[in-house]
Amino acid sequence: MHLDVPRGLDDTATMQITAPGLLDQTDLSVSIAPTPKRRSRQWLRALSPLALLVLWQIGCSSGLISPRTLAAPSQVIASFIQLTADGALQHHLLVSLGRVAKGMAIALLLGGSLALLSGLSRTGEYVIDAPMQMLRTLPVLALIPFFIIWFGIGEVPKVALVAVAAVFPIYLTLYSGIRGVDAKLIEMAKVIGLSRIALIQHVILPGALPTALVGIRYALGVSWLILVAAEQVNATSGIGYLMNDARDFMRIDILVVGLLIYAFLGLVVDILVRWLERRLLGWRPSFVNAAS
Amino acid sequence: MNEHTVNVRGVSRRFGKTLALDNVDLAIEPGEFVALLGRSGSGKSTLLRALAGLDAPTAGSVQVPKERMIVFQEPRLLPWKTAIENVALGLSGSGATQQARAALAEVGLEHRLDAYPTTLSGGEAQRTALARALVRDPKLLLLDEPFAALDALTRMRMHRLIEALWKQHRLSVLLITHDVDEAILLADRALVIDRGRIIESININLPRPRDLSQPGFVPLRKQLLSAIGVKDEDSRNPAVIDAGAQKTAVTSRTIALA
Repeated sequence: MHLDVPRGLDDTATMQITAPGLLDQTDLSVSIAPTPKRRSRQWLRALSPLALLVLWQIGCSSGLISPRTLAAPSQVIASFIQLTADGALQHHLLVSLGRVAKGMAIALLLGGSLALLSGLSRTGEYVIDAPMQMLRTLPVLALIPFFIIWFGIGEVPKVALVAVAAVFPIYLTLYSGIRGVDAKLIEMAKVIGLSRIALIQHVILPGALPTALVGIRYALGVSWLILVAAEQVNATSGIGYLMNDARDFMRIDILVVGLLIYAFLGLVVDILVRWLERRLLGWRPSFVNAAS
Repeated sequence: MNEHTVNVRGVSRRFGKTLALDNVDLAIEPGEFVALLGRSGSGKSTLLRALAGLDAPTAGSVQVPKERMIVFQEPRLLPWKTAIENVALGLSGSGATQQARAALAEVGLEHRLDAYPTTLSGGEAQRTALARALVRDPKLLLLDEPFAALDALTRMRMHRLIEALWKQHRLSVLLITHDVDEAILLADRALVIDRGRIIESININLPRPRDLSQPGFVPLRKQLLSAIGVKDEDSRNPAVIDAGAQKTAVTSRTIALA
């Protein structure tokens, strides 16, 4: 029997299956696909993207794909090296990272406090939850004109857009996480006489954390998405600006570099959040099993 | 005022139209082990929750010591804290960890201090919950069917542990159970509750440690079962009032001890 584990989503599941105890039991009537086979399959998975890359290069070199449509991989690599060599890429990347960091910090603070208020008190819920649920349906990109009118064309509207986009996933997941904490555990905390502060610190927040982390992950993804759009409006720096500029000069190679940077950043963010999950959610069964 | 650990006078509790507790009187002496038997929905859990301060009665007065702890059917451990952190939670002072360690050692879990609840077996988790209750030095221990979800062998071990801890700490214990044998094995006095009223109180004077083959056990069981309204024609029948998973558990225990 081959156990199909969704790749990339939960690598701990893979670790569970390949635990040494299981591998020894080759005499089981239901056998589990051994590691070497899996590895070779995974290697096979890399084959088709590589083939596509080669096809892409051949297409461009032979003139089948016009350089006005798509730049060749070799040229993209060359542009990447050049942009890195003169420091332009690093500069724009740092500016973008700074904007996301600022926006996320505001969103975490604001979304976190609002979720705490409405998650922990009935009054807070009445006051905060209804408007938040209404506002979250607004498409953030449609706010760009407003933000330009309100905040001008400097840094503020860009950071504010990121913050607004990120605040909702953070608020929604933390709020529902708080409300989803097992009532029996809260009752137990009452029995052992925990103070309200201790109840929040030891029972409610850790209980809400798994859900809240999903929100943070989502918020980080959305921040980059919004930033691309925000940086294409009246920006003088940032990855979005770099791409906008490249578009004006028909530098398709730089556009592709920009895309790759965004993809890479998405990957980094994912790794970061997964690392966070591993550190903070070590108690969850899947993590516990994988560790032992 | 009086020397009772628990003094309940004329307590009633109404949920909408149903009367869960109907004018209940109950006194528990210091150091007394009382078992409360009843079918599902008889009001036994409502009474226990009233004693724990988790539910306010509609009428009557409840006197209980402030130092009271409850162990539920499910251990209710915080999954994100280790066994020792769960036990020490809410304890103040520098000795908290030391106290928690001692309490876990007392229930035989000194080797599982840093284990997360998801890695504990059912019995271990329930013992951790017991340690969490004991570490707070209660005068009254309320047990809400704490063994119901455990397998037969683990239950036997838990019975011995509870009995030992009860003697050691000179606790008053109120044990809620479905299981007539469990009540006779552990309690000084067994109460039967039905439709919100305590309809029977039977003193159990068998010498300890008790076992199912002890002389005097079978008549007591017959007496209790008939109070509950179950005919015990064949004494080898599982002496469980409610159907369900416990039936097999008790049968196998009877065999194991025979």
